[in-house]
Amino acid sequence: MKFLRKIFDNAHEALNKSEKTKKYFPLVDAIDTLLFTPNHTTQKGAHIRDAIDLKRTMMIVIIALIPALLFGMYNVGYQHYLAVGEANPSFGEAFLHGAIRVLPLIVISYAVGLGIEFLFAIKNGHSVQEGFLVTGMLIPLIMPIDTPLWMVAVGTAFAVVIGKEVFGGTGMNVMNVALTARAFLFFAYPTKMSGNEVWISGLKEMKTNGSLADGITGATPLGDLAAIGKEGATFSNLNQFLEAKHGLMDLFYGFYPGSVGETSVLAILIGAFLLLFTGIGSWKIMLSFFTGGYLMALLFNLVGGSDYLELPAIYQMMLGGFMFGLVFMATDPVTAAQTGTGKFIYGFLGGAMAILIRVVNPAYPEGVMLAILIANVFAPLIDHMVISANIKRRLKRVKTA
Amino acid sequence: MSKTIKIRKGLDIRLIGEADKVKVDAPVAKTYAVKPADFHGLTPKMLKKVGEEVKAGTPIFFDKYRDKIQYVSPVSGKVKEIKRGAKRRILEVIIEADSTIEYEAKNVKPVNQMSSEEVKETLLASGFWPMIKMRPIDIVADPKDEPKAIFISGFDTHPLAPDYDFLIHGQDEAFQTGIEALKKLTKGKVHLQLRGNADKAFTSVKGVEINTVTGVHPAGNVGVQIHHIDPINKGEIVWVVNAQDVAMIGRYLITGKFDATKYVALTGSRAKNRKYFKTIIGAELTDLFKENVNLDNTRVISGNPLTGVKVEPEAGYLGYYDYQLTALPEGNKHKFFLTEGWLSLGFNKFSASRAYPTWMMPKSKRYDIDTNLNGEERAFVVSEQYEPVFPFDIYPVHLIKSVIINDIDAMENLGIYEVAPEDFALCEFVCTSKIESQSIIRKGLDVILEECM
Repeated sequence: MKFLRKIFDNAHEALNKSEKTKKYFPLVDAIDTLLFTPNHTTQKGAHIRDAIDLKRTMMIVIIALIPALLFGMYNVGYQHYLAVGEANPSFGEAFLHGAIRVLPLIVISYAVGLGIEFLFAIKNGHSVQEGFLVTGMLIPLIMPIDTPLWMVAVGTAFAVVIGKEVFGGTGMNVMNVALTARAFLFFAYPTKMSGNEVWISGLKEMKTNGSLADGITGATPLGDLAAIGKEGATFSNLNQFLEAKHGLMDLFYGFYPGSVGETSVLAILIGAFLLLFTGIGSWKIMLSFFTGGYLMALLFNLVGGSDYLELPAIYQMMLGGFMFGLVFMATDPVTAAQTGTGKFIYGFLGGAMAILIRVVNPAYPEGVMLAILIANVFAPLIDHMVISANIKRRLKRVKTA
Repeated sequence: MSKTIKIRKGLDIRLIGEADKVKVDAPVAKTYAVKPADFHGLTPKMLKKVGEEVKAGTPIFFDKYRDKIQYVSPVSGKVKEIKRGAKRRILEVIIEADSTIEYEAKNVKPVNQMSSEEVKETLLASGFWPMIKMRPIDIVADPKDEPKAIFISGFDTHPLAPDYDFLIHGQDEAFQTGIEALKKLTKGKVHLQLRGNADKAFTSVKGVEINTVTGVHPAGNVGVQIHHIDPINKGEIVWVVNAQDVAMIGRYLITGKFDATKYVALTGSRAKNRKYFKTIIGAELTDLFKENVNLDNTRVISGNPLTGVKVEPEAGYLGYYDYQLTALPEGNKHKFFLTEGWLSLGFNKFSASRAYPTWMMPKSKRYDIDTNLNGEERAFVVSEQYEPVFPFDIYPVHLIKSVIINDIDAMENLGIYEVAPEDFALCEFVCTSKIESQSIIRKGLDVILEECM
């Protein structure tokens, strides 16, 4: 430790020697503060401070993402081998294939995002803030596996610069940064971000060289559902169709094509447990988001009229990015509502919108991303209303007294 | 109507180093200081020059803008030095004490024969007036105001706080006299808030509204008590006095002597001899620290760890309002992230957040917290972190933000009149982003004082 400490102390000293190198201080400082909690002491106000800091908070979210990430890696490989006709690939083989495909996404996301963060830190002369640690992990997890790497880089750059830094950096952004990256790519390069050919690694090559196994379309269950909704059911109901392809438990475990980290409800729930256990993720948002989505799905069940509308609500919860969005995206404290009451409203709005957009819109099969972005936009308004009520309560006190 | 209030929000920071309930004499101090910095917003106008003789109770300076409020010497002796800081601001007036204290001779009528004006004049002339503070703003009360009520907190819930019941014990008469005087200063009620099992001096006092308050810190903060008993609206003024100071005022009204003797609790993990020391307001603390505190890389504080003021171990003086001294280890060293830094398991660390295992530990476990900031200052990221330790019907983060952007309307609407910096001390403690909310709120109150009062 002393040896490491010496290196950083020397580096700081060397940098501070000339005005020219001084501005690169954030570079060394970022790594230094990552390895050592700095020796800053309290100067004014409370003399003692809580042990918690932003680094630990962010790190706990990253740890909570690990089950989804590991399962995502395995599933990428598993789906790949399924598509080439190997029904039972060994665990190691599948995981290795997945890891080889997923790791570059993570590396690119972190390299580009942190690179930009460093640039802004040097330019604005502040220390590198921790926000991107989580964003950098979220971005690869919400990408289709066959997204070209350059696209991930462009999306990340867009999200960090336009989604965050123009507002002033970590803590100032209006919309969830990772979802901004995805939304940007989704609308800028729709063919690479949706459709049936991006969800299984190497599907396109298989199609061209003919090694694709029979019966594999590459579509996500939601894609299938949307397609059937349009074409009219060939099954007596969708329930049966889903059961034939993926049972409820399959959906729960996550063995189906989809974005890297979103498929396994089980893995996501492990993460959710950690977030709730440590209090980092807001139970208010998770609960109300789920309730909102579930009630909306039930409402559609009641309305009925088409097979898709009648899909049992629990399936809607298991499908697509609903759970991932619920646990990791909607709960982002910066972009969510910040008042207790506001969080319930915000979560409910997000969940209900997610199912509404998913089921009703004709253009794309999934709605969670857009629903959370809309809820993000509404969050300040919701807070404003909650706070206005508090102000009115205080004014009323004068009248009654 | 007396009220019973249960404060559910809050946090007891379980520090090592509470003082034993033993009273001892502190080493006799050679010098004493009257510090304008103890009284926020005060611009002193000097009455004495260096070298002049003073007695205990002789005015040394007065408030330039509210000239009736006088600040007096706590002991007799000679003005030794007037320490000035930037822009020649007076920091400390140091008095070299005589070996025996001579008091300014004053004739004080019995309280029950005095009119309310006479009580005011007596207290203003005595030098004890600054013990009465006003809410909102949290500064020394303005004698021209008509407070709607006076609030006295009968206990202190700050970490390692002195036991007020132990301190007040046996001062029944002085306390009662102090209360009589305060009652003459308001047309409203005098409220005294107590926990269960309070000392007889508190419970047997007559003429006050005794309310029972239970709960963890900040249940003892008078601002919290006011909020739950009779909240302050815009335009209203409430006065607050520390319960121990009430007894000191009472003592003056009985004897006519400026006797600023008090017991202070020496606390904190670095204090070797944790007892209640008998000393005098403004006393030099050098010898007390030298004998009773392990001073190796130690921060000594006049006051409690949350709201106290850092003092120099070599040239520190006891603050005017303080009944507690705290000695904590300085946290001025780097901590490797895995072993004791931000990613350690942290069984020895105290945190209100469940990201550390504190909340799973037995409630009896005590912690040795140093003065490290435990992180770097950031923008607000985590939400709803202050609310669980902030027992007001106020949105603390939004109030802080309204102060940062200097929006007076928003500050008023969001409840700036009801809070004092000390009410935000726990918010500051638990903050992930290490935001200095106490000084932000102080700034907001200063703006309100200037623009709206």
